Amino acid sequence: MHTKTLIELAQGLRSKEFSSVELTQTFLDRIQKHQHLNAYITVTEAVALHNAQAADTRLANGTAGLLTGIPIAQKDIFCTLDVKTTCGSKMLDNFSAPYNATVVEKFNQAGAVMLGKLNMDEFAMGSSNETSYYGAVKNPWNINSVPGGSSGGSAAAVAARLAVCATGTDTGGSIRQPAALCGITGLKPTYGRVSRYGMIAYASSLDQGGPMARSAEEAAIMLQTMAGFDEKDSTSVDLPVPDYCAGLNNSLAGLKIGLPKEFFGEGLNSDVAATLETAINEYRKLGAEIKEISMPNLKLAIPAYYVIAPAECSANLSRFDGVRYGYRCANPVDLADLYTRSRGEGFGKEVKRRILMGTYALSTGYYDAYYLKAQKIRRLISEDFKQALTEVDVIMGPVTPTTAFGIGEKMSNPIEMYLSDIYTIAINLAGVPALSIPAGFVAGMPVGLQIIGNYFAEDRLLNIAHQYQQVTDWHLHTPKGFE
Amino acid sequence: MSLTADDVNKIAHLARLGIDHQDVESYAKDLSGILDLMTQMSELNTDNVEPMAHPMDQAQRLRADVVTEPDNREKFQAIAPQVEAGLYLVPKVIE
Amino acid sequence: MEWETVIGLEVHAQLATKSKIFSGAATAYGAEPNTQACAVDLGLPGVLPVLNEEAVRMAVIFGMAIEAHIAPHSVFARKNYFYPDLPKGYQISQMDHPIVGVGHLDIDVDGISKRIGVTRAHLEEDAGKSLHEDFHGLTGIDLNRAGTPLLEIVSEPDMRSAKEAVAYMRKLHELVRYLGICDGNMQEGSFRCDANVSVRPKGQAEFGTRAEIKNINSFKFVEKAINHEVERQIELIENGGRVVQETRLYDSVKDETRSMRSKEEANDYRYFPDPDLLPVIIDEAFKAQIKAALPELPQAKKQRFKTQYSLDEESVSILTTSRPLADYFESVHKKSGCEAKLCANWITGDLSAALNKAGLEITDSPVSDERLAGLLTRISDNTISGKIAKQVFEALWQSTSSADEIIAEKGLKQITDTGAIEAIIDKIIADNLGQVEQYRSGKDKVFAFFVGQVMKAMQGKANPAEVNKMLKEKLQG
Repeated sequence: MHTKTLIELAQGLRSKEFSSVELTQTFLDRIQKHQHLNAYITVTEAVALHNAQAADTRLANGTAGLLTGIPIAQKDIFCTLDVKTTCGSKMLDNFSAPYNATVVEKFNQAGAVMLGKLNMDEFAMGSSNETSYYGAVKNPWNINSVPGGSSGGSAAAVAARLAVCATGTDTGGSIRQPAALCGITGLKPTYGRVSRYGMIAYASSLDQGGPMARSAEEAAIMLQTMAGFDEKDSTSVDLPVPDYCAGLNNSLAGLKIGLPKEFFGEGLNSDVAATLETAINEYRKLGAEIKEISMPNLKLAIPAYYVIAPAECSANLSRFDGVRYGYRCANPVDLADLYTRSRGEGFGKEVKRRILMGTYALSTGYYDAYYLKAQKIRRLISEDFKQALTEVDVIMGPVTPTTAFGIGEKMSNPIEMYLSDIYTIAINLAGVPALSIPAGFVAGMPVGLQIIGNYFAEDRLLNIAHQYQQVTDWHLHTPKGFE
Repeated sequence: MSLTADDVNKIAHLARLGIDHQDVESYAKDLSGILDLMTQMSELNTDNVEPMAHPMDQAQRLRADVVTEPDNREKFQAIAPQVEAGLYLVPKVIE
Repeated sequence: MEWETVIGLEVHAQLATKSKIFSGAATAYGAEPNTQACAVDLGLPGVLPVLNEEAVRMAVIFGMAIEAHIAPHSVFARKNYFYPDLPKGYQISQMDHPIVGVGHLDIDVDGISKRIGVTRAHLEEDAGKSLHEDFHGLTGIDLNRAGTPLLEIVSEPDMRSAKEAVAYMRKLHELVRYLGICDGNMQEGSFRCDANVSVRPKGQAEFGTRAEIKNINSFKFVEKAINHEVERQIELIENGGRVVQETRLYDSVKDETRSMRSKEEANDYRYFPDPDLLPVIIDEAFKAQIKAALPELPQAKKQRFKTQYSLDEESVSILTTSRPLADYFESVHKKSGCEAKLCANWITGDLSAALNKAGLEITDSPVSDERLAGLLTRISDNTISGKIAKQVFEALWQSTSSADEIIAEKGLKQITDTGAIEAIIDKIIADNLGQVEQYRSGKDKVFAFFVGQVMKAMQGKANPAEVNKMLKEKLQG
């Protein structure tokens, strides 16, 4: 059952080939069997089976939707009512949210069956899933490699078929990069397309939730459920949600693809570059025109991002103070001790590094030089995208400079780790949507192709990805041992 | 740009973040490295550029003044480290 | 050396919204601890703020009332500091782009009018409360107040005495209540102020170093705290010391200010725009809508009351302290059709006294505008005398009957039947011939004796004018 696509599973449930309870049990067994991947932080077996039963009722009485009865999993950054939500941190190891995130609520209403909560970098800060309090997640394609991050658990679970599909969040590449490194499809929607309510904030002006699945078609089905205005999120955009599946089969004839020369220069592994070239050639065959473009300010995306994101995070994470919920240090001698030790003991090293960085960037005397400067550069980068997207329909490029690196390889050098986000970060600064699709392998490890579109052009991106997936089968490969 | 151990301790205090003594130097080194990365930004003239705080050029939506939240104290305080008589307890605050 | 005091005030007015500034939790005062603190107010993970329209509207109303610039584009920022009553570790406030810009307020001190500049007014959320009663040596935190909308009104350092500061604060207090944007309850902390106080040698242009006195919650304490602080600063300087810039707390029990070191250490608030909230855009349509609904402002109303009703200064200033009182007056005037002066006298006199005694506001008055108007009509048309009217008023206060019902029921109607009055007068003249003689021989004073006798015989119900007229005729013979 686990090899089937979401559409096939939905059909199987309708034709009574299997029930949601049976399907759910199959996935729960697989999770149990492949525990060593460490993809899940929490498995909600009892609730899942209970909800599967409810889904079977809906399937029987004809009130089911496409996702009803489909086993999915949530990144552990989304708050789930009465189920532990840790955000990958010791700080929230004892935290059970008194509410559902809007995204969780929407999947519940659609009748999707939540199998559990997925591992992630602590507070979504990391590119390898190694900063999780619950330990590193292993890449199903090579268990000595990282799955990417911060949605590493989501990518590994989908790649290893430990869930049909999963949610992720993307602040600087956290959906696209692990999707690329694990050989799945991941979409970061336009900022404001998916509600952030109940999604624990890392950097509020950059964070965006999105779907992670095997194919673009599955991602479209998920996004259909996730997207939409939410009155509880001031930054959510009140625009109608199009039918994301309707245009999947549109022709790509005449599609104008831009390749920024800044994306294909130094730093990009030559085997990865060659793989991408083949993929882009495939688009040529589908009728697209390819054009080289230039986005001169892209090179400043990393410094701007590593000012803005830490600055926002330094304030966002102040609420974790050991007073109302979460970790509290033992026997605080006074208030200062309560704060410093609860936060000192509750947060891991990368989180602390970013809080320190952000605190510094906002402090008196440095605000203009760092924070304000970064915001101005953000404007220039966003204008680069706007300009480029008047010349071409979409922009394509790499997601990562290399395939998945080894566990432990970059942990001692944070800057090197930051630099691995070079192709994804600018997209978050601009707020445009982008997705990563499997585009081939280098030495047995997946390579992702990134497709970036204009604001709210998710339907077009999914169409472009889907057409590629009609003529290639990279997205259908399954890692050895997980078939 | 390089930060000293003293700088790190000051920032850590502002953020009420306990860091181990033996880690201070390594934070100083990491942060200095990150700040070096930041200096690239100063190469670009941004004098007439409007800072961008949000990706979307939108206005704040306003909520009608209606009470929608019921008392949920019991549920909220079930996850609290220390409460008594409906209050969250912390070590003595001295004014 | 002669010293000059320089004072600027930062007033925090809680806006009278039903729900909080960024959440749907109630703002009512006095609830059980933490029963009005929702997930947003508690700063739980993942929850987000959404701005209350009414808070914005109230801020704009205030801005218009002080003739200030209303910012078409204002921004919420995070003010970062750690304190247990501040759940998120930052307060959502406004820094560089406040909603209300430069305006002014005119005050009167000892008959002299002075214009005080208002630098700005911005929206922000209130913090919770720390309760220091003993919980085994711990402090209890109640977050019911967290997220209550505040308008922080910052004045220019334009005041030169504690008296001026009090006048300004009173004027502001009167204004926010008049506008209906704040209940002004100082005991409950709905209206409180911080005072920035400095002294300088008279004639010196630069300001001296200022101290900030925090959280003063009564007019009396503002005056005392400032006077005390001024004395402290002068004494300090004259003894060769130096004023340091710091935050001080006024202790009303000891009548002194003391340094608050805990709030002092390393304040670096790291303000930056709150990424969870978008810029607040106030367009012309929004402003026009508010302007149309804006009540007549106190200053304009005072002027109108003086000219339209020809009332004296004192009555006008009492009647216009609050909008409900002014409305009550106008309604009584309109419904009774009586002279404005009569209406004003009754409202500022008997009614106000009774309300004061009962501790009631005009809005809770047991005597409605309609019922008071009924009473005044009967005074005007001579149905009852002023003296009887007081009796009727008492009855109005106690019951729900109308003045006419009370007059009828108690038989208080004035007797204007000349025949009845004449008969009584004739009898009294016949019984008191000695006094008649005295009157006729020029002792005018005796006249009052006759009036008294007649009124007594008629239980006060005779029309005094009629009695006077008839007595005179009869006594002259």
